[in-house]
Amino acid sequence: MKIAILALQGAFAEHEQMFKQLGAETTLIRNLADWSSFMSSPFGGMRGAAIPGGESTAMMRIMKDECLFEPIRQAILDGLPVLGTCAGLIMLDRYHLDVMDILAKRNAYGRQLGSFNTEEEFKGIGKVPMTFIRAPYIEEAGPEVEILARVEGKAVAARQENMLVTAFHPELTSDTRIHELFLSMVANGSPAG
Amino acid sequence: MEDRQTLNRQLAQMLKGGVIMDVTTPEQARIAEAAGACAVMALERIPADIRAAGGVSRMSDPKMIRGIQEAVTIPVMAKCRIGHFAEAQILEAIEIDYIDESEVLSPADDIYHIDKRKFRVPFVCGAKDLGEALRRINEGATMIRTKGEPGTGDIIQAVRHMRLMQSEIRRLVSLNDDELYEAAKQLKVPYELVRFVHDNQKLPVVNFAAGGVATPADAALMMQLGAEGVFVGSGIFKSGNPEKRAQAIVKAVTNYDNPVVLAQLSEDLGEAMVGINESEIQLLMAERGK
Repeated sequence: MKIAILALQGAFAEHEQMFKQLGAETTLIRNLADWSSFMSSPFGGMRGAAIPGGESTAMMRIMKDECLFEPIRQAILDGLPVLGTCAGLIMLDRYHLDVMDILAKRNAYGRQLGSFNTEEEFKGIGKVPMTFIRAPYIEEAGPEVEILARVEGKAVAARQENMLVTAFHPELTSDTRIHELFLSMVANGSPAG
Repeated sequence: MEDRQTLNRQLAQMLKGGVIMDVTTPEQARIAEAAGACAVMALERIPADIRAAGGVSRMSDPKMIRGIQEAVTIPVMAKCRIGHFAEAQILEAIEIDYIDESEVLSPADDIYHIDKRKFRVPFVCGAKDLGEALRRINEGATMIRTKGEPGTGDIIQAVRHMRLMQSEIRRLVSLNDDELYEAAKQLKVPYELVRFVHDNQKLPVVNFAAGGVATPADAALMMQLGAEGVFVGSGIFKSGNPEKRAQAIVKAVTNYDNPVVLAQLSEDLGEAMVGINESEIQLLMAERGK
């Protein structure tokens, strides 16, 4: 099993560490050559991608300039399992990669003084620790989207087919269950490569 | 209980692999954001102009900072003077995302730095070596940067600070457990911080490069020396083509170990800032605050 982690900017090393801890292989994507080599390597169909936290404007800019936007978008539409956390959630929404039928509200909790920790129920997992750093939440979600967690009524985690998103940062806690859930999606649902 | 220290360290983690740009107007802030900056530093004058103007240099006008906060969605940082906790309180009141307790401004206190643990808002501080970095972290800084020599366009000091810090970290890692107490004494920091560096081979907070970065190659150099991201001050808006240079430096930080990409990024950037050599400057800002 191999996970490509978008490493244009942000907390990609934290995802890398967590996936490795769970026994998955990882590769960092910094440019189109990295992506092409990831997509062309044989992994028995067992592959997925992760878009980390960071600044979505910075990542979008580099993604477009490096010609990564279209190939990544197409791979996700073709069924590549993808995990998006915080900025990663924003990038999968209607206004960015436009692969997931959600609309993210950016900086929904305000500036850094609004960042917070909490613990809430995550569907199918139970209570999980949640760290929100200048985080978004999901403002609108289409009928195909299953909301997996809410904080004070706002949707902060969701799944749509091959896409799993959280507004918080599971990679910043020691709780590995959300990454495990994603790896099970990769094991079950990845299209043959 | 709310743990601001951890949340504030985590915001710095989100900035990793990114470029934080000095801006003086909302227009420059928008250019920086569009170019892919992960944050902006709002200030009235960029370091090169502060150096040229001389005199006492203070926190920027909060109204000017607000204008920049309204112009962009990325985090906005601002500087206060070393030890000037009242300036820091004002910056916290306008909900700044990060305060830089900065040697670029005139120091307000020649003994005490700000007690940064008293604040909910995060602080980044400069450090020339490991002892300075750990002292600032002990005071509550949740992000560290080299002090470089701001406003010069000369990378030599940032290189010196980063190399020194990395070699001191390697030395700490190599020590026996019973030698760490003496190391803590020499560095003038608590044992727990020394222990952390010994066990983890890195600082407990994110460490950026700052001071003198003017080209994509400068940014790549600092990243290869162990920086986790880069501050660029005068290097962008004192150059011939700020927009293009800003984009190039952003991409150089992402592809810092890929010379083929760096070669493309370094083409046709126009005039770099003129710069001043370290030996030509009268005032070493890096010597402020230890």
